[in-house]
Amino acid sequence: MKILVCISNVPDTTTKIGFTNNDTTLNTAGVQFVINPYDEWYALVRALELKETLGGNVTIIHVGGADSEPTIRKGLAIGADDAVRIDAEPNDAFAVAEQIAAYAKDKGFDLIMAGKETISYNSSMVGGMLAELLNLPYISLATKLDVAGSVATIEHDIDGGTEVVECPLPLILSASKGMSEARIPNMRGIMAARSKPLTVVAPIASDKLTNIVSYKLTAGRTDCKYIDASTPEKLVELLHTEAKAI
Amino acid sequence: MSVLVYTEIGKGKIKKASLEAVNYGRRIAAELNTSVTAIIVGGDADLSDLGKAGAKKVLKLKNDKLANFDGKYLAEAIEQVATAENSTIIIFSHDFTGKEVAPRIAAKFKAGIVAGAVGNPVISGDSFSVMKNVFSGKATAMYSINSAKKIISLLPNSFPVILMDETAEVADFAVNLDNITSPVKVKEVKKDTSELNLPDAELVVSAGRGMKGPENWGMIEELAKSLGAATACSRPVADMHWRPHHEHVGQTGVAIRPNLYFAIGISGAIQHLAGVNGSKTIVVINSDKDAPFFKSADYGIVGDAFEVVPKLIQAIKDFKANQN
Repeated sequence: MKILVCISNVPDTTTKIGFTNNDTTLNTAGVQFVINPYDEWYALVRALELKETLGGNVTIIHVGGADSEPTIRKGLAIGADDAVRIDAEPNDAFAVAEQIAAYAKDKGFDLIMAGKETISYNSSMVGGMLAELLNLPYISLATKLDVAGSVATIEHDIDGGTEVVECPLPLILSASKGMSEARIPNMRGIMAARSKPLTVVAPIASDKLTNIVSYKLTAGRTDCKYIDASTPEKLVELLHTEAKAI
Repeated sequence: MSVLVYTEIGKGKIKKASLEAVNYGRRIAAELNTSVTAIIVGGDADLSDLGKAGAKKVLKLKNDKLANFDGKYLAEAIEQVATAENSTIIIFSHDFTGKEVAPRIAAKFKAGIVAGAVGNPVISGDSFSVMKNVFSGKATAMYSINSAKKIISLLPNSFPVILMDETAEVADFAVNLDNITSPVKVKEVKKDTSELNLPDAELVVSAGRGMKGPENWGMIEELAKSLGAATACSRPVADMHWRPHHEHVGQTGVAIRPNLYFAIGISGAIQHLAGVNGSKTIVVINSDKDAPFFKSADYGIVGDAFEVVPKLIQAIKDFKANQN
């Protein structure tokens, strides 16, 4: 089985975010970058589990500059067999999907997996776009994935519940909580990652359908108003008169 | 041309997030001197709220293949109606359906999309910009959409719903899916049976490890009931199976932004905050005065939940009794 896992390079959740160039660019100074957690914990690890039971190959693909390579190597250390970096600016979800689709269209992948969204731009768009660009079935927000022969059984979140579907391979899915547990790379994996193939691919031409004009930090909450534990009726009053929430 | 808004029915009526999207469309249509067409699959419900929210026309999408949710069929149907209506702007809610179908439509039309918008578009001549949350709510970004067709998925609970005394013209729209087949077979659907859908809830009562065990959730449910709120929980609580997985709010669970969020016995890890920091008002009840959540709260009570919550329930009941 040939599996392609899409990974993004994102600031770690606990990183403090700041902007530069007149608030048009993320200030990367001092920012710890990681594999987007949903791509890593759910998509990549489940792909590796499937490979371990069914055999095959797991390739990770990333759209971005050379500065993403430490993140790509981490994916190889966790256990991916090889990696592809498309040397293009990940301008928006469509730009990323277009590059990945152009690469994947004639490679015969059985499964293309991504995380449910990135923790940087929170869009949840690349999987659905790939489905249209590659004309493949797409299952969003998958929480369980099993493959028997050439058919996948997938449980996924839908509006107001969950649904179990069956779909023949090849297909595309976005992975959510429940797919697998996180794996920590061991020393052997880290050593092996150094010599695994990382191919850099030239991008196709692409239009900028959107662009970011400016960023703004979200204003934090002002000081918390404390209410004495013995008088919760004061809280109720404040929620009614001040917050107008009840 | 028109502004096309995709809408849905949930629990027998038009979903609140859909009415927010129609309202949003009405504001854009007013600025562009056009009108809103709402689309709905099936449409066997009272559709009058769509007119009140600002739709001039409601098109009921008709095709047997749309009976069960399948993103491929639905995206094809929306493409057909958007083409027939010559819609330049297409609006979705950024919910389960929006996340599956909006990117498909964007790719079909090669249209720029802003997914998870939180602000009204800023339109000036040819420039069209929309604000969205980025970095899990730590910041916002203003996106310019450069393509002729523009797609926006609106983050639920970003705007209050405003209904006016207006009516929409309702018609059927026959979708042709004869040449489209989806290989996805639905084997089983498990419906969430709770009365309130968590992402739609305006009031949410959430509790964490501080509750010590699942047997102590009675008071959390009673507090939620006294407020008419949905219940939620933190990640450890869902991981330990004290509460069902769909109640887990936070970065890995569901992101919510209700008007009022009660966090009881939740310390406030950054991953939890990432899923709730869009709430308008946050109340934190925790026995640890140094719990980080107090820094992100509007109101705080330092105290033992087992003593505070029963008193709070009584205070809410007294308040409700006085209101009537």
